[in-house]
Amino acid sequence: MPPRIVLAVAAAWFAAASPAAAYVAYVSNEKSNTVSVIDTESWTVTATIKVGQRPRGIEFTRDGKFVMVAVGDDDTIQVIDAKTQKIVDTLPSGPDPELFTQDAAGKIMYVANENDNTVTVIDLEKRARIGDVQVGVEPEGMTISPDGKILINTSETTNMAHFIDTATRQIVANVLVDARPRFAEFKRDSSELWVSSEIGGTVSIIDPAKREVTGKITFDIPGLRREAIQPVGIGMTKDGKTAFIALGPANRVAVVDATSHKVTKYLLVGQRVWHMDFTPDEKYLLVTNGVSNDVSVIDVAAQKVIKTIQVGELPWGITIANKP
Amino acid sequence: MFRWLAGTIALGMVASQALAADPTEIHIGYLGKASVKSKLSLVEQPADNDGVAGAKLGIEDNNTTGKFLNQRFTLDEIRLKDGDDVVKAADELAGRAPFIVTNLPADETLKVADRLRDRGTVLLNAGATDDRLREQDCRANVIHVAPTRTMLADALAQYLVWKQWKRWFLVSGSHDNDKLFADALRRAATRFGAKIVQEKTFEDTGGARRTDSGVTLIQRQMPVFTQQIPTYDVLVAADESDVFAAYLPYRTWDPRPVAGSAGLVPTSWDAAQDQWGAVQMQNRFLKLNQRRMTALDMQAWTATRMIGEATSRTNSGDPKKVIDFIKGPDFSVAAFKGTKLTLRDWNLQLRQPILLVDGRMVVSVSPQEGFLHQVSELDTLGLDRPETKCKLK
Repeated sequence: MPPRIVLAVAAAWFAAASPAAAYVAYVSNEKSNTVSVIDTESWTVTATIKVGQRPRGIEFTRDGKFVMVAVGDDDTIQVIDAKTQKIVDTLPSGPDPELFTQDAAGKIMYVANENDNTVTVIDLEKRARIGDVQVGVEPEGMTISPDGKILINTSETTNMAHFIDTATRQIVANVLVDARPRFAEFKRDSSELWVSSEIGGTVSIIDPAKREVTGKITFDIPGLRREAIQPVGIGMTKDGKTAFIALGPANRVAVVDATSHKVTKYLLVGQRVWHMDFTPDEKYLLVTNGVSNDVSVIDVAAQKVIKTIQVGELPWGITIANKP
Repeated sequence: MFRWLAGTIALGMVASQALAADPTEIHIGYLGKASVKSKLSLVEQPADNDGVAGAKLGIEDNNTTGKFLNQRFTLDEIRLKDGDDVVKAADELAGRAPFIVTNLPADETLKVADRLRDRGTVLLNAGATDDRLREQDCRANVIHVAPTRTMLADALAQYLVWKQWKRWFLVSGSHDNDKLFADALRRAATRFGAKIVQEKTFEDTGGARRTDSGVTLIQRQMPVFTQQIPTYDVLVAADESDVFAAYLPYRTWDPRPVAGSAGLVPTSWDAAQDQWGAVQMQNRFLKLNQRRMTALDMQAWTATRMIGEATSRTNSGDPKKVIDFIKGPDFSVAAFKGTKLTLRDWNLQLRQPILLVDGRMVVSVSPQEGFLHQVSELDTLGLDRPETKCKLK
């Protein structure tokens, strides 16, 4: 057997033996109007897809076949086929969609429309708008409780986390948090809901049963002015033990002990770090750095930044799934 | 029978809940001038509702939040015509509203503040930029939302110094407010290491703002006015009265940029501001008022939002509670400037970044990087605590 073939066979075997690494990350570049596709084996950009204007919120469909990206200035959500990397459809969101979330089955999608104080409900199969919920001023953060019963929307100028019953689509509670709430995330066991406040500079811990704030995570970075610490994106490990919080213009990701709510470490990343996503095996966490136009790769176990990947201008959102 | 009974009880409960759920009413007053001064530029001509339009949007935003907290906000507005008695109007407003957003000259602001002090009415000064209202003439019942002249001048100076345009030719107008702005610019030059190589005063000799052959004359006047000046980097104009500064760009004898009251202008807000989520704000304003948002609109919006922020944080419409919270250490308000705005506790001035705009774009935002401060970098703008002459009473 010639050596080259041996190598190829070995490579094929390796690839088969470690499918865990075969992921693909989609990054929305707010200013370039593109989506960068990153291969997580080679950590390189393998494709750049032209999309509509001002792409921000981005997420794989639950089946991993499509990527949905909110293009705010075009007032729609575009659907990219993950196999062909082409735009195949659009969804009828309301005006200026920014962030969205899906139910566990991937059938219903909820979109925050910044410009008209509503959350739009979309049937993903029928590609049809099936309802609206009136919320506070400038809706932004969106997440759904692990049991699917409660949708959380944060409104940036009203400064609240709205609890919306997904069955009745009525607001059932409003929890006041610090200024400009941007992102919401549940612990997998539903014991806590975390909401980041960009201008307030805190992350509120909310008891989802009592629907009240029970604690706050604060940040203190020596040598950095307090106003520069602006928490936005949150990522929590599945075991609920460790959380990562992007601190915007502080250019750092805080590593937080999710049980004690204490910051254990600050990781220096690129400039104006915004949103993040884990690889499905949770080995890596990728964060978008808006001003330095790159993505930092964090080794989750080692809690270290291992790589920086150049993408388009003003990278904003990121979503990662298995390669199609 | 049992079910019927339960039904009645449930109905009774709903009814009593509805009774208990009467919204808390929060009245905010607005006191300003009805007449607006004419500007040199036709496109800068202020709208009749300049300022109050921002307060209206603030009320609307407060009500969107208020519906979740059972609070309802209303705006009571009085706009004074020439000759109207400001004190009488203030009394009338104070009878309905414990908080009054004002857009009045310094003297009238003080008159109203002193008149209403014993009633506990608090003014939110959205218009007057006079430093003296925050210094020797400060009052415990006046919160200042508008930036001061020294804040505006410092914001501009930091940028010009960063740009290495350190040699200034200062031209000031002949009216009192122009002179005050020139004072602030001189102070800023000293503070941040710029040098004023020459000063000139542009006398306002009156005359019409607009004439059919205006450009020809101006094109002759301005180069002559600005010739034979020692080497300078930038012409800084202090012309709050809007008599001449707008004529300077492109007409100076030497090819130099203009800043201050024309060219690169320091301001609290601009219709071109689109950073930090501001587009949503601009869109909301445009939708409500069918025009673009000015600095005065923004200052009035911020004033009403400060009240709204405090009523939601305290979950109360009690004026004393609301004002104590605003004056307390936990207060902050978000206003699309990329950072939270807080109050200087020594003179009740709102800390805020200042935009530098050229009429089409936001060129920069001060404080500039590298201007450090031990408490807040926003305190590199304007008179700081150690320099203050204010004793709140």
